[in-house]
This record gives sequence, C-alpha cells and structure tokens, in this order.
Amino acid sequence: MTRRLSLFNVTSLVLGFAFLYLPILLLMVYSFNASRLVTVWGGFSTQWYGALFRNEALMEAAWVTLRIALLSASLATILGTLAALALTRYGRFFGRTLFTGMVYAPMVMPEVITGLSLLLFFVAIGLDRGFWTITLAHTTLTMCFVTVVVQSRLMTFDRSLEEAAMDLGAPPLRTFFAVTLPLIAPSIVAGFLLAFTLSLDDLVIASFNTGPGATTLPIRIYSQVRLGLSPEVNAASTILIGIVTLGVMTATLVSKRSLLRSRRNIQ
Amino acid sequence: MKARSLTRRLTEGLVPALPYLWLGVLFLVPFLIVLKISLSDTAVAQPPYAPVVEWSDVAGFFGGLDLENFQLLVEDDLYLLATLSSVRIAALSTVLLLLVGFPIAYGMARAPERYRSLLVALVILPFWTSFLIRIYAWVAILKPEGLLTQGLMSLGLISEPLNILNTETAVYIGIVYAYLPFMVLPLYATLEKMDDTLLEAALDLGSTPWRSFWTITVPLAMPGIMAGSLLCFIPAVGEFVIPDLLGGSETLMIGRQLWSEFFSNRDWPLASAVAILLLIILVVPIVVYRDVEARRVESGS
Repeated sequence: MTRRLSLFNVTSLVLGFAFLYLPILLLMVYSFNASRLVTVWGGFSTQWYGALFRNEALMEAAWVTLRIALLSASLATILGTLAALALTRYGRFFGRTLFTGMVYAPMVMPEVITGLSLLLFFVAIGLDRGFWTITLAHTTLTMCFVTVVVQSRLMTFDRSLEEAAMDLGAPPLRTFFAVTLPLIAPSIVAGFLLAFTLSLDDLVIASFNTGPGATTLPIRIYSQVRLGLSPEVNAASTILIGIVTLGVMTATLVSKRSLLRSRRNIQ
Repeated sequence: MKARSLTRRLTEGLVPALPYLWLGVLFLVPFLIVLKISLSDTAVAQPPYAPVVEWSDVAGFFGGLDLENFQLLVEDDLYLLATLSSVRIAALSTVLLLLVGFPIAYGMARAPERYRSLLVALVILPFWTSFLIRIYAWVAILKPEGLLTQGLMSLGLISEPLNILNTETAVYIGIVYAYLPFMVLPLYATLEKMDDTLLEAALDLGSTPWRSFWTITVPLAMPGIMAGSLLCFIPAVGEFVIPDLLGGSETLMIGRQLWSEFFSNRDWPLASAVAILLLIILVVPIVVYRDVEARRVESGS
C-alpha cells in the first residue's frame, strides 16, 4: 500500500511548519541585533548576551528556576512512576476512580485554578511562600504528566517477563528492579524531562506561590515583557531554546540507539 | 517468614498510597479550601480573608458560609461577559485549530513512513520551548511597526501599519500558535492508523473525494478530533498569558479576571468564587476528556 503526497499535502506541511517555526527563528535572529529596538535591524552584535550575563537579577532567577525544576521533576518522577504502577498493576483498589480523576484533572485544569488553590492551601497551613511552595506546587502538577507517560509504557509491555521472574522465585521488589524498571526506564526518563521542562516553563502557578527570594525566570521575563520588548529577553530565550533543542535531540538519539540495541539483542 | 510477608505487604501498599496521599493533600484539599473561601467574607486583616477553618467551632464554620461572592458574580455584568467571551474565544480558537491542524496532521499521515517520526518530532519540539517565549515572539511580530507590518509593506501588500497587537485577533493567533501541537498530535495518531483501502473503495464506487472525506475520513478521525478539541478548548477557556500579552484591555477573559481580582484587587474570596465559576463551566468538558483519554491510553494507542 503506497500513500502519495498530493500538492495539497505538501503545501499544508510547508505552511504549517513555517507557521510553527518562523516566529521562534525571528526571535532568535533579533537577539543578535545591534539596535536596542527589537524590531529594527541595526547590524549583527552579541552585546545582549554580555548584558544578559551581567544582569544579576536574571541570573539569580535562572538559578532558582533550575533548582526548583530539578527538585520538583525528581519528586514528580518518583511519585508519577508509583502512580502509574498503581493504575496498571493493582487492578481495583479502594477509591480508584477518585485516584484516576486526581491524576487526569490537574493536567487539563486551568493553571490559574491550580495556582490559586495551592496558594490558599499553603496560607491555611501557615507555610511561608517561596522556594518550597513553588517546588511542591510543581511536583503536584508534573507528577500527573509523568504518570501518563509511564502508564502508557506499562500498558504495552510484555507481562510474561515479569511473570517468568516471579515463577523463578524472585520476590516482587526484586522483580521490579531487575525486570520492570530497566524496561520502563526510557519512559521514566521521558517523564522526568517533561516534568523538568514544565516546571522550567511555568509562569502562572509560580506567580501565585512565589515569595521573597524565589523569583523564577518566567516571572522575571514576564515582568520585563510587560514593560516592553527587550533584546536581553531575546538573548535569554535563544539560550533556553538552544539548551532545550539540544536536550530533546540527545534524548531522541539515545532512545533510538537503545531501541536499535534491544532489537539487535532480540535477533 | 510472617514478618517478611508483612514488610512485603507494606512496601506493596506504599505504591498506591504515596501518590494517592500526595494528590489528596495537594490537590483535593486545596480545592476544598477554594470552595470554602469562595463562600466566606473578605476580612480586613492580612491574609485578606476570614479564617479558613476554626477547628473548635464546627457550627460557626457552616454558619459563616454565604453566597455573597456568587451573588456579586451574578449581579456584576463583568463576570458574565468575561465568562461568555472566554467560552466564545476558546470555541472559535478550537474551530480555527481544527482548520489549521487537520491539513497538517493529514499531510503528516500521508508522508512516506521514514519521514513520519521526524515530522512528529518537529511538531513536538516547539512544545518543549517555553510557552511564554513563544507568545513573546508574537509581540514583536504583531506590534504596529512590527515584523509583519514591515514584511507586508516591503512586499507592497499594505501601505498602512497593521494594528493587530492588543486586539482579539492577536489572541486568536496566539492561541492557535501555542496550542497547535495539542491539536495536530491526536489527529495524526488517528489519521495514521486509517485504512486507505476504504477511501480507494469509495472512489472506485464513484464517490467524489470531497464526499469520501466527509463520510469516511472525518468519522474515522473522530476520536482524534474529540481529544484534540477538548485538549485545546479546556485550557483556552482559562487562559491568562495569551490575552494578557497579546490581547487589549477590552479582551475579557475569565482567567485574566481571576488574576486581577487576586493580584490587583487582593480580593481572595472573590478570586476563589471566580475559580469555582470557571470550574463549573469546565467540569463537563473535563469529565468527557478524562473518559476519552482513559479509553485512548487503555486501548494502547
């Protein structure tokens, strides 16, 4: 069965991808602009990158954001993997419907609601707003995404391997670490990366739950953008996009290679 | 032997218990608190609401609740208008997303197999890039002396600068741009699995391509259309960043209203009431989405 691309298909692909990528490319090009006016080209320059690294407030915000993202993504990966195991390996347990609901709802719930409700909770229990409240909030949101990613892997994999290990006398915990974990590892890594990026990216939930000394990069960028366009923000964005693109490409290559290797092993 | 099976049962019990407890404390309880505060009065003291729970006074707890905030929401036109316009903007954006996303997903599904995973990766990549940055990129493009105006003027297509930034049009562009991957991916997932022989059979039997598109392709793509539309519609209703950065002051959206009640007016009970209102609008789409998604995950696609 061959599928042929019509002219219409090609046109819609070209236009679609141009729409997706042109704005980002323009943003990156103008980060090398010599002019302070973001939309008027004044020659090539890297001065905004220098200015960026001398901007202490922005650097401090980047550092805070990175720490929150690493910590919350690690917690979310553990909790999300456990939740995925519970949903796929435990059959029916008490309150399963409520549990599924709590896993799916935060993913589609508008961020303003999640942000506000968590803030009111933190105020009610008397926890000071800052680094930890943002970390807890991000963990709660992103663990649901990890759950879905790991769950879809657990659904498709071959249960007979686990059963074989158990039949040979391996206790459940040992079976998990020796058989299940290596098999679902790529999806756990993917879940971690997703959680990390979501945390890095979040403006709304962080704004509600931030406190003194915990200004994240999106909050800083947002307040700068509201004052007007700034070439420094273009430079910061270009660096972020570069890091993310590199990370995604590496992850894709690694997972492709491990896929090839496991295929070879089977043959 | 007995002790060992007890530890085993304990570790096994922890697997569902830990995430369950976490979500219960940090998702369900906060949610109930919002409900409670939306029913309480603004206090003069900081934080700006009357105490959440006086544990010693259960009768007073229920006695102190009233619908004052919701009455205000009903009486003040602003909230009704903001609600209606959020739903309208989100619905129209979803239709636009379908119109833009379907041809892209269709093209991807018909592309030669060796290119498909690359195309999927290219659709996902912008999603990994910061949402805020992607919206920020459009400010430079859409502003009056911005890149779009410059480009069209140099082509001689327009002579006057375009005024798109700070209008509702800019909000539509922003939503379509930011949410496009969420529409394209579910559509692609269903279109890719479609059996082409059905279309060939229809053509052989004398159906026009247009007719076979509507009677075969669209019904078969329905799960993808549903998932993609809900995935875009639900967050778009509560969107804050896009209307705030691209929309004008007259662009009313409920998420933005909640934000300003909270941050500018510091009226936490009213902000909570707006949150509950937003949730009431979204509860049906969220439940439908949960079912669609659970079925999709469990069918293993």
